[in-house]
Amino acid sequence: MAALYEGYTLCGLVPGQTLTNSGIQGIEAERDSDHVVVTDSTRSVTLYKVSDQKPLSSWTVKQGQTLTCPAVYNSQTEEYVVVSDNKVIRIWKDEDILLDKAFKATVSSDVWRVHCLPGGEPVVLFQRGAVRLLDSLLSAPQQPIEEVLAQEEAIRWSTNIVADSQQFVIFTTEQKGDSFLYLHRLNPNTLQRYRLEREEPGLSPLSFSASYRDKHICLLYLYPNGHVYQSVVSVRGLGGDEGAQALPLPRSLLLGLPVGEGLLEAASAQLLDEAHVAVVGVPHPSAGAGKDFLCIWNTNFQTLQAGKEMAGKIYGQLWTFSNKLFIPHGKTLSVIPYECPKSSLASALGKLKQAKTEEFKAPACVPSWNNILHGDKAQPSRPAETRKTRTNRKTQSAPSLTVDQVLDFTKTAPVEEVQREVEGLLSRADIQDLQPLVGQLASMLVSRSLADPAFYTPSTLAQLVHTQSLCHSVCPDLVLLALERRDFFLCQLCLQFFPDIPEAVTCACLKAFISMPDTEAEKLSLEPDSVSFMETLIARERAPVGLQNGFSSTSTDQDCSDALGGGGRVVIKTGEEDKEKSSTPPEPICPVGLHKAVLLNEVLLTAYSDTFLLPHLKDLSSQHVVLFLQYLQFLYLKYSQDASPQMHGLRSPSLTQIMDWVCMVLDAHFTVLVMTPEAKGLLVNLHSFVKSQVRLVSELGKIEGSLQELNKMKVKKDVGQYSIEIIELF
Amino acid sequence: MGEFKVHRVRFFDYMPSAIRAMAFNSHTERLALVRADGALEIFNFADHYFQEKVIPGQDGRAVEALCWVGQRLFSAGLNGEITEYDLENLRPRYTVEAYGGPIWTIGSNKQGTLLMVGCEDGTVKMFEILKERIQFQRNLERQKGRIVSLSWHPSGTLIAAGMMDMIRIFNAETGKEMQHDPESREVVVWSVAFLSDYTIISGDSAGKVQIWDGLTGTLVRTHLVTKWDVLCLSVSQDESSLIAGTSEGTVVQFQFISSTVDQQEEEWVRTRTFKNHSHDVRALAHTETAVVSGGMDTQLVVRPLLDKVEKNTQESAMRKIALPHRSLVCCAKKAGLLLFQFPDHLEVWRVGESDGHGEENTHTHTHTHTHTHYLILPSPSSSSLQVSKLPKDLCLGHQLCFSSDSTKLFASSRHSSVIVVALNQLECKYLHTLKPKSGESRLALFFSSSYFQLDKLSIVAIETTVTIYGSVCLQLHCTVPIYSSCPTAIAIHPTTSHLVVVHADQQIFEYSLVQKEYTEWSRKLQKQGLHSLWLERDTPVTHVTFSLKNPAHIILHDMFMFCIIDQSLPLPESKTLLYNQMTLRSLPEQERIRHSHAFKICKNFKHVMCVSLLEDHSLVVVERPLLDMMSQLPAPVRQKKFAT
Repeated sequence: MAALYEGYTLCGLVPGQTLTNSGIQGIEAERDSDHVVVTDSTRSVTLYKVSDQKPLSSWTVKQGQTLTCPAVYNSQTEEYVVVSDNKVIRIWKDEDILLDKAFKATVSSDVWRVHCLPGGEPVVLFQRGAVRLLDSLLSAPQQPIEEVLAQEEAIRWSTNIVADSQQFVIFTTEQKGDSFLYLHRLNPNTLQRYRLEREEPGLSPLSFSASYRDKHICLLYLYPNGHVYQSVVSVRGLGGDEGAQALPLPRSLLLGLPVGEGLLEAASAQLLDEAHVAVVGVPHPSAGAGKDFLCIWNTNFQTLQAGKEMAGKIYGQLWTFSNKLFIPHGKTLSVIPYECPKSSLASALGKLKQAKTEEFKAPACVPSWNNILHGDKAQPSRPAETRKTRTNRKTQSAPSLTVDQVLDFTKTAPVEEVQREVEGLLSRADIQDLQPLVGQLASMLVSRSLADPAFYTPSTLAQLVHTQSLCHSVCPDLVLLALERRDFFLCQLCLQFFPDIPEAVTCACLKAFISMPDTEAEKLSLEPDSVSFMETLIARERAPVGLQNGFSSTSTDQDCSDALGGGGRVVIKTGEEDKEKSSTPPEPICPVGLHKAVLLNEVLLTAYSDTFLLPHLKDLSSQHVVLFLQYLQFLYLKYSQDASPQMHGLRSPSLTQIMDWVCMVLDAHFTVLVMTPEAKGLLVNLHSFVKSQVRLVSELGKIEGSLQELNKMKVKKDVGQYSIEIIELF
Repeated sequence: MGEFKVHRVRFFDYMPSAIRAMAFNSHTERLALVRADGALEIFNFADHYFQEKVIPGQDGRAVEALCWVGQRLFSAGLNGEITEYDLENLRPRYTVEAYGGPIWTIGSNKQGTLLMVGCEDGTVKMFEILKERIQFQRNLERQKGRIVSLSWHPSGTLIAAGMMDMIRIFNAETGKEMQHDPESREVVVWSVAFLSDYTIISGDSAGKVQIWDGLTGTLVRTHLVTKWDVLCLSVSQDESSLIAGTSEGTVVQFQFISSTVDQQEEEWVRTRTFKNHSHDVRALAHTETAVVSGGMDTQLVVRPLLDKVEKNTQESAMRKIALPHRSLVCCAKKAGLLLFQFPDHLEVWRVGESDGHGEENTHTHTHTHTHTHYLILPSPSSSSLQVSKLPKDLCLGHQLCFSSDSTKLFASSRHSSVIVVALNQLECKYLHTLKPKSGESRLALFFSSSYFQLDKLSIVAIETTVTIYGSVCLQLHCTVPIYSSCPTAIAIHPTTSHLVVVHADQQIFEYSLVQKEYTEWSRKLQKQGLHSLWLERDTPVTHVTFSLKNPAHIILHDMFMFCIIDQSLPLPESKTLLYNQMTLRSLPEQERIRHSHAFKICKNFKHVMCVSLLEDHSLVVVERPLLDMMSQLPAPVRQKKFAT
């Protein structure tokens, strides 16, 4: 869900504002995402540091002169460019104090705007439609400027865009109720003119916004009747006949915004990304007819994602830079940070995977709504090993099979050849169409394996899973097949890379892992990261006892040592042992083998939802439950002893995940556990955990209470202006 | 001692004016300080930083710069005039128009023969200092743009002038411009200092302290000190240390030392930063041992340099002088009225009866002769006096005092004389002028009056001399032995006719006007010595009053406490606890007597401007919390944020 965050005020608006004019002419990005240049509608240009809400410097032209275009910042030369009185171009640097002493050049025709994108060259757009690069214009300021626009045709809006190292100036004009779009490409110069389809008579667009993606320029415009249209123009097709004829511009209705009564007057729509549009000056659909709202709409689902009421009048102006919206309203210019995360299938399916692990892995290429709807080609990151094999392949220059041939081939060929061919295909295949291919290959291999017990290609399947193009829904039998063939490495990979494993399958994995004999588990080769995490965790139990952060566990009281001593296989102990233990509590011992623990961790890390998991958990036998609980207890003890074992950036379950699982297993099996004699010690231990937790919390509560009292004491009673008091002197 | 009802008053909206300029005279150890409203204050640094003299400001006399020439004090301001002050009669002696537009700066040569001012029209004007006046001598070559700062080379031959964007060096003899050091950007050179080795140091609006070679005009070193302005500079007498005050409220010290241990060559190195102000530091003085700074936040801060003074002594403690060293509040004991003195008006309030709010009295006087009146309400009868015509001689009264039966008014006048005026319901009549015997021309500072047998007495304190006059016979009664420190508060006991004097060094004397000698108690006090903690207090006692019920009680206060001295109790010995109220409170009643001593000190109140005992035995405490004062200041340019 997109979200609008708490905004803050960047500056007040100049008092010269009127009802329709905010007093701000334009806002442009400066050197980085935290600096903006604000040009007011009269005479001054101010540089702000946004996060500090502080003006850094300000420049003003003389009384009687007016700025006629927003100042832009040329990041290449670190200069500011502004136009005053339509014809005078001024260029200055940050350290110049007086604008009047800065460089000036007078041009022969009225300037509409100067545009400059970060990394691009400043471009001057004249009011009559001509376009010049600033440098070439300044080399001969008085050069004749041609007229591009017809009589009575006037520019309404303009911007510039850099697309594939090509710079474009885009502007819209209006002539007798018709709107036109001009696309001017620089170097070489070409001009294309489009005619916008007419809306209801008398309506012309209120605001425009343009963006570039996938070799297309996307224009978004809002009409006073609340319709938001999108037109897409290909960049490639430009050229040819130079603006001789106005081509009709196809459009599609993106949104029909609620307008309440009457038409919109001061409103603006701004593209945020391919799926989100920020709209200001349009009523909130569930908040009456007031138009002073800032909303973010999802254009794919036509849903309102976030809304915020803006105090004071809205001027229909809106700018966006680096995830911040700049909006003048009332008497202030506010900055509102926003976020538009991609809405993905994974997030729609219950819990998303832990954000922590995603930081280290490239995002799994799961089907995303955006991708499906827009055909967005997000590049799946391929593991390095396939790239390596690809280069190997190329040098061999073996005759290679086509995709279809390989697919046919997998149905019949022996294991080794299938493995070779699939590997070859993966290294050859264009990365774009890898996803359907991987899906097809995987399901084909799985179905063949299921049908033919002799056929199984573990390395190929692992390789396919590693591409991160697979998910459980594409190939639902894969995990079960891996379990059946006891290919636990593949299981681990699936648990790791599939975001959408159903709870039933997770439980099946858990059952398989926990019932696996340790001897078998140790023979497995598993994912090295997770193994090394478990190794360090277990290695620590042999490390010298105590003295974590100067804390020696020998000084802890009986309760505590009970809890510590209860771990592992030593569950029931005699009083004598108990005494011994209280003097030197042993480190908890891992109840399962290393590899088994690694696999169990993988289960703990899987996303799930409680309601679906619980019924499946009940299938576990009581012995397995006890063992699993012992393992969870071991993890819990380890975690609570050490400062933070998760700090290594390895795949490791978090403490909350562990506690969640403990709770769930207890929920599912409580009655059984109470009846099981072996579980008694375990339950006692867990109970003592809870007791110590409760005690900790109550101590924390006491501390909180005393701190609050301290706070109260600090607030001295206000004496006020006059009071009569009694004091006693001795 | 018992319980007191305390009227705690916090509605005296006293607001001192911002400090604009200061000048330190190292010979007399006097600091002259001028505030934005033109008021001049003289602090005696040798005598516990006591605020000796105050000359009230006048409308339209905004002083921009101050300069000592020997014992004489000159000021210049934006009204374009140069003023010399009469520090004895506490008034401007004369004023000379410089005819150069507003004056930004003033300075004198080391010999004390010439005075120069920098004017708005770009001229530097030289004045010859004569014995009684100053006389215009000549202009130096006129420049484009105002002269903001000036500094004379110690040899007297060269003058550095800070202007917009540049520093110019003039030859003082020929008046010709010699060279200039252009600055690259639009800056105002707020302050320059010309050192004897021909180094010029400038502080400018770009936040830089720059060191120039004055002979070649080259920039030697730039220290970026602040993002805002460097407003003032001050160099120590031996030219080994330099301080710069900034708009951020910081004072930055530079020292002329070798930057590394083994390096021989010395250079100006930034060493310390003091942050004692919340607002612009507009004025600085570098004394031998301390950094003195003042500015927009109205406080005078004396920050001793710890390498110059002994550590952990009274001398090394920082002093902040925020409230005036005299009482601006008068209390009518019988009527329960309070009079607040503001620079341009007075307010009269009546203390409340219950624990509700005090109601304001009906009339508020506004005086035509602003800044000049000290008034003490008559204590016996509080009926307001409708006086239509004042005698001409009363026009310059620094102190006023009523006799205890309200029939006479005493006013201090020039040449240390006291004018006595008779009052009745309808008119006031000039009676007499009390003249000091010696004929010295110094002004009376303190007043009090009291019955003494059948005669009435008034006292006059002149700097360190205290003189007593009989006010019926109008003759000199006696003179109290001279003490080295200034008296800060004086009062005559209404029944015993003992005179109590408290000095700036915190000593207390009690003098019997009948026997014309120090009283037994006073001798005992001197013999035993005051408690060391009492002597370590750093604000002077500004008011002494007595209890009508118990003649043995003396009530006095400074800024942070008030004290009731019970003369019947033993004096505190050096090892006893001086501030013992908390201990006494915890003791059972029988044991209190054994532990109590004469000084009952109450520290419940802070920033006290007045403590007085009303006739109904309730106390009035007027507080002016510094936080309230700070909240009236404009927002500072920079606020301290956490961890920045």
